[in-house]
Amino acid sequence: MTGGLGSGAATVPRWMIAGEWRAHPWRIVTAVMAIAIGVALGFAVHLVNASALDRFARGLATVNGGADLRIQAAGGQGFAESLYPRVARISGVAGASPVVALHTRLEGQTLDVLGFDVLRAGAVTPALLPRPTTGHESDVFAPESLFLSQPGGRRIGDTVTLVTDGREQRFTFAGPIPGAASRPLAVIDIAAAQDRFGRLGRLDRIDLRLTEGADAAKVRAELAAMLPGDALLSDTQDDASRTDALSRAYRVNLDMLALVALLTGAFLVYSAQALSIARRRAHFALLRVLGASRRLALGQVLAEGLLLGLVGSALGIALGLLIATGVLRLVGGDLGGAYFTGQQAPSLLFTPGAALGFAALGLAAALVGSLTPALQAARITPAVGLRNLGDAVDPRQWPRVTPALVLMLAGGMCALMPAIGGMALLGYLSIGLLLAGGIAIMPWLARALLAPLARRSWRSPVTELAIARLWGAPSQAAVALSGIVASVGLMIAMAVMVASFRGSVDDWLDAILTADIYVSAQGGAPFDTAQQARMRQVPGIAAMDFGAQHPIALAPDRPPITLMVREGAAAAPLSGTIPAPAGRLAIRVSEPAARLYHLSPGATLWLPLGQHRLPAFVTAIYRDYQRQEGAITIDSASYTALTQDHARGEGAVHLAAGADLPATMRALKAALPPAIDETVQIVPTRTLKARALAIFDRSFAITYGLEIIAVLVGLTGVAATTSAQTIARTREFGMLRHLGVTRGQVVAMLGIEGALLGLVGGVAGVAMGCVLAQVLIQVVNPQSFNWTMDTRLPWPLLVGVGLSLVLASSVTAMLAGRRAVSMDAVRAVREDW
Amino acid sequence: MTSETLLALTDLRKVLPGGRVLFDGLSLSVAPGELVAIMGESGAGKSSLLNLAAGLDVPDGGAVLIDGVDMAGLDEDSRALLRRQRIGFVFQAFHILPHLTLGQNVAVPLALLRTSPQKALARAVDLLDAVGLGGRSKDYPGTLSGGELQRVAIARAIAHRPALMLADEPTGNLDPDTAARVLALMVEQMRAVGAGGLLVTHSDVAAASTDRVLRLTAGGLVPA
Repeated sequence: MTGGLGSGAATVPRWMIAGEWRAHPWRIVTAVMAIAIGVALGFAVHLVNASALDRFARGLATVNGGADLRIQAAGGQGFAESLYPRVARISGVAGASPVVALHTRLEGQTLDVLGFDVLRAGAVTPALLPRPTTGHESDVFAPESLFLSQPGGRRIGDTVTLVTDGREQRFTFAGPIPGAASRPLAVIDIAAAQDRFGRLGRLDRIDLRLTEGADAAKVRAELAAMLPGDALLSDTQDDASRTDALSRAYRVNLDMLALVALLTGAFLVYSAQALSIARRRAHFALLRVLGASRRLALGQVLAEGLLLGLVGSALGIALGLLIATGVLRLVGGDLGGAYFTGQQAPSLLFTPGAALGFAALGLAAALVGSLTPALQAARITPAVGLRNLGDAVDPRQWPRVTPALVLMLAGGMCALMPAIGGMALLGYLSIGLLLAGGIAIMPWLARALLAPLARRSWRSPVTELAIARLWGAPSQAAVALSGIVASVGLMIAMAVMVASFRGSVDDWLDAILTADIYVSAQGGAPFDTAQQARMRQVPGIAAMDFGAQHPIALAPDRPPITLMVREGAAAAPLSGTIPAPAGRLAIRVSEPAARLYHLSPGATLWLPLGQHRLPAFVTAIYRDYQRQEGAITIDSASYTALTQDHARGEGAVHLAAGADLPATMRALKAALPPAIDETVQIVPTRTLKARALAIFDRSFAITYGLEIIAVLVGLTGVAATTSAQTIARTREFGMLRHLGVTRGQVVAMLGIEGALLGLVGGVAGVAMGCVLAQVLIQVVNPQSFNWTMDTRLPWPLLVGVGLSLVLASSVTAMLAGRRAVSMDAVRAVREDW
Repeated sequence: MTSETLLALTDLRKVLPGGRVLFDGLSLSVAPGELVAIMGESGAGKSSLLNLAAGLDVPDGGAVLIDGVDMAGLDEDSRALLRRQRIGFVFQAFHILPHLTLGQNVAVPLALLRTSPQKALARAVDLLDAVGLGGRSKDYPGTLSGGELQRVAIARAIAHRPALMLADEPTGNLDPDTAARVLALMVEQMRAVGAGGLLVTHSDVAAASTDRVLRLTAGGLVPA
């Protein structure tokens, strides 16, 4: 019979837990709330992102119509329509639907337009079929008919004007597209699309349906063999990968940030449990004397953690649901990353699996936080513990440092590991391990930092007592410090990362925005050569460089990369520049593109340009924080020579000396044709930069919010820990009072202890935060988003946090101390507890 | 040593950290139902002797046998089990758990032996009655006097009818009148369950209530 936690044997732990919680309810409430807040934030962020992604994916699936396979153009110019009859004849292909895909604007809003053959689409992608009015079924073939998925109050017969590349095209509204109502979409006849939008002889897509039982792999292989260089083959799995990849890093990053609050909650549970064990040391010792086994003590504390976790997690899930519902209703699905803007507010996508997962995380946090205190309780020596000698260690011995070093070493090694599935999972683990190591080293570090003070003699007995206490009981000091170090460390890490990121973005903007005014056409490239010439002649303009952006697909399961057509001088590269060999097409690739496609200066990339894939020579890598999916920059003249495409959609204006900015902007606008007047933005550089930084700040707003919550949870923990420790020392204060120390001196002693703890914790927390920031900057960001940044330290914030901690810690200790010394000194020194 | 020996300490040796020899060659036999007082100066090793007898500490030499069971052959869990089954404790500092009721405090040893809570609490009610605290099983210790707390401790010590009682200065924190009453109660309850044991005390009055009085000196245990 060994006294584990079976029936009957659970009686004593049950009584002990109930008694403890009855006597100290606020400790329990604080710990439960810490877990609940952590779970709630993580679950809410996950729910919002999942709901938005689901809606986004459904929208994309709507556009894709549900075909089995799809041949899609690699570049913006499509591929030759002569491919279509060859594809349709392949054995295994039951139906092939040719599609022209256009990006237009309708009343200032972006609108995707699909031009297809209704008869063929009906067999392959029936979800996209329009519904003409009864008696007007032949409208689907009429070149002027247009069908809208979101008619928005239009009546049959109304005129609909689409604008693309600066040209207007008028259509007649002929009916809805019932199967595609979730996303704005228009359908017209394919011949009309080719004829009226200058796409004769070109297609953008061929949707394929396979015959029942066809060997899909064989069909894919046959198709792949016949594809030209400007076409790619993809399926629904590739669609899913592409959709997921678009925002995965952002969502994972945000999930991790939200879990910071849970991590802080775990440390709060640790602090609360450790203090509780210290206070109940003699209780556990008594039980051991009476015959309880070590396992009973271990099991009791773990059971307390389990109960805390269960209640906290349940509360957290409920709170998370509430928060997510509110956020979706008020803000929609976009939490600042701009991956899900423009769509209707998604409905909440609740999955029991996710709820169980986050509840399990909350439970794990509570158990992990309780593990070390449980082991401490099990290791209490009965005879010594019964005499309640506090740390029960020889103050002359230094605390162990090996476990902390092992944790930090493990963390360091994880930081050196590569990404897993494009996610910095080991980077996040590294942060957790380094933080745990930083907490574990606090007893030793507190000793080391206080050593110079402890060696000195102080004239003030109050100062002497304060330093002696911290020096003699480093473990108790460390418990108070763990909460400070955890919350401050994480907050500083994020603050340094964001400051570095913002600073790098600021520098990058200065490097690329070298012109005075920027011109951009929304949706299309409306500036033909004549228009370009007219704009260059506007008074006040010394020079104007024109460019364009075209999406090109390099891989079917990745989002399209952006091909940037540019003229003029290029910004300084990140890497050294290798000149292209004679006769080779030279390109520069962005940092994300280099990482995603494993490119470096001197590498060759097969680029789909025109109708072929051409070997392009990578000359340099440049920084780009705008296009996470990657970008390639090609010289405008080379692009035009290869594609015969002279149209451009962007312009960079360099003003002549003495030119008036507003007047030049007005003159530029006047030089635009009326058809594209509304769709072209003319923006001065300083405004463009301000907008970009505002977008940055908005995208990090949720990060700032999560940081603040993490700090508040941590500071609450610090206050609770300091108060509990102070109250537990009532007998010590009573003894001091008997010796003649005044109440004011006791409170001053506590103030000094609190200030020293705050100082040590602040120094350690800031140092830990800077280390963690390096993991975020050097590992997590590059592995998640494929870009790097230069470290910047926000010194005012670091100093401010340090000072605030010293003040908060000191004030909290003094306030708690005033309460503790108000009790009867005689009662406080009774031998019994 | 015979099978009728409750507690046998044979040639015990204990060395403190730092090298000081607390005692060497110490031997003692306690018969079932016999109460032996151990007196001596502060620092002589009386409490250490109790710790060794309880299996809370391990001697540097010699043997400790309880009801013929050699403690040296037992691991920590087994020693805990032995204490749970065979030994009751009364301390100078009472050591009543503040967050449990009086009834729960008394019932702890029975609960550790996996007695059902209902039966354990029922016995606790009877024992509290026997020690003069009837009707207070649901009260909490915070309002009790020192004497009352020690009565609760005595009730707890005999709840599981131990064979061996170890009492470390049970009246050390009590005034003389209370001390006398508590001591008489303790001896009475011990006799009632047939327990023998050791009573460490500075008090001649307390020692006089035992069957044998020994003094712990540098030369070992000698009759007082």
